[in-house]
Amino acid sequence: MSTTAPGLGHALDISSTSPTPFSRLVRVELRKTWDTRAGLWLLISTAVVTALVMVIQLAVVVANDLQVSYNDFLTSTNFSIGLLLPVIGILLLTSEWSQRTAMVTFSLEPRRPHVIAAKFVVGIGLAVVAVIIALVLATICNALYGALSGDTVVWDQSAEQTAYFVLLQVIGMLTGFAFAALLLNSPAAIVLYMVYSFVLPGLFGLGAALIGWFEKIQPWIDFNDAQTGLFDGNGMSGDDWAHFAVSGFIWLVVPLGIGIARVLRAEVK
Amino acid sequence: MITVEGLTRKYGTFTAVDDVSFVCQPGRVTGFLGPNGAGKTTTMRIMVGLTAPTAGRVTIGGHLYQDIPNPGRHVGVLLDASAQHAGRTGREILELGARTMGLDGSRVDEMLELVSLTPGEAKRRLRNYSLGMKQRLGIAHALLGDPSVLILDEPANGLDPAGIRWMRGLLKGYAERGGTVLLSSHLLNEVELIADEMILIGHGKIVAQGDKKSLLAGAKGSGTTFVTALDNQVLAEALQAKGFVVAGAGDGLRVETEPVEVGRTAAEKAIVLTDLRAADGGLEDLFLELTSDTQREGMA
Repeated sequence: MSTTAPGLGHALDISSTSPTPFSRLVRVELRKTWDTRAGLWLLISTAVVTALVMVIQLAVVVANDLQVSYNDFLTSTNFSIGLLLPVIGILLLTSEWSQRTAMVTFSLEPRRPHVIAAKFVVGIGLAVVAVIIALVLATICNALYGALSGDTVVWDQSAEQTAYFVLLQVIGMLTGFAFAALLLNSPAAIVLYMVYSFVLPGLFGLGAALIGWFEKIQPWIDFNDAQTGLFDGNGMSGDDWAHFAVSGFIWLVVPLGIGIARVLRAEVK
Repeated sequence: MITVEGLTRKYGTFTAVDDVSFVCQPGRVTGFLGPNGAGKTTTMRIMVGLTAPTAGRVTIGGHLYQDIPNPGRHVGVLLDASAQHAGRTGREILELGARTMGLDGSRVDEMLELVSLTPGEAKRRLRNYSLGMKQRLGIAHALLGDPSVLILDEPANGLDPAGIRWMRGLLKGYAERGGTVLLSSHLLNEVELIADEMILIGHGKIVAQGDKKSLLAGAKGSGTTFVTALDNQVLAEALQAKGFVVAGAGDGLRVETEPVEVGRTAAEKAIVLTDLRAADGGLEDLFLELTSDTQREGMA
């Protein structure tokens, strides 16, 4: 058992200590997402809900003798990982504040941008894993649909669409992350995200229908609307990408920038 | 060695830490003492880069904390034992620290054993810990990286008397092996027993610093003696004849001189003394006196 305090000298010899490698920070941040009961169950329930929504979809489709394709099963994830990934993204960051662990995290790694970048990488990684799980589940459901209904099974997912799907989920996660950085408070960030994804599209649609000039700017500021092409099967045109970039800058880059600047300066208590 | 130079932190018009300078030497336990809200915690947070100073700086072994690579290996920090995720087990909290610092997993077991947390307790989640257990875990966390400098904010808070004695032994031993220890407390007796050096802070300003002896020497009441003799009257006259100021105090006398002078006078006059002692009120009086304008309760 060693608590030897080396060095009677007054100066601290730091020459033999290497800075904490980024990969280690990423591994620690990943560990933090599942090492509490709440965190573990959030991850498990995200996967379970994704499966559940697809199974319900399958049951309804088979019972009512409807025609569906592989892509339809994937679209159902709007109600599972589409909702829960942003929440995971939010908690990645805000739990450090609500549980006050930021004090320990930032005293073990004072280079705060490294810690935030590690969380960012973990967020993207979890989104990619969620996508893989969703693709596998949709494959199983589509195959079962063929077996149960006797209809022709349609595999209508191109590589491009798969890439869109990944992008969609990563953006969902990052939007949550950005709102979390901005507010540093779990409930507030979750409420903001819900307003942004459920209330705002309605308001934008209403504004566009009632006010002539608003209809022109709406595509440029409505980030939800700009992502429609990523999952509706119609693809993204050049205009769509322009709308996507501009509205994404407003809803993703700006809050993330302000939020990170805030975290870097914040007094940690 | 921790060097604090002209440290100031302002919040709007309120100055939490006001031009504070002191040094914590290796091989010594430095006690950082002051009433609640005196600026102890703010000073310590600035030390580890969690709060930015308005002016001044803190170096640890010649480096700014932010410039120390993998700082957990050099500086052990415990600022708030409750500032941990309530849903994590004690062991997991140490595990995360050990992994961040790149330490061997066996270090976690060593530290748990050092702070006497049983394997069963280590498996419990932090929300089920008593304050004393949280403090033990926090001290284990601070010692994980085998640092040469320890910064501990109120580490004895919540420990039972046996726990306080244990911590005293631990920190003394650590300092004897050459480590630098800075610990804060608002409880004087705690610090008095453990610290070689004391820094007294009130209202964000340092009001006194030094070892116990030098602090007491500068305190009000030094050079005053309480004495009781079988015949106080005779003693008072003998002392007054030597030019000392004598006043009645309870059963005895209060003399404005050192006890040795009173004893000598009594010996010369063959007066029997039943009590003779220096009238220092101890550190507590000094502490209250020095921080009297910063106390929340009115001072008598």
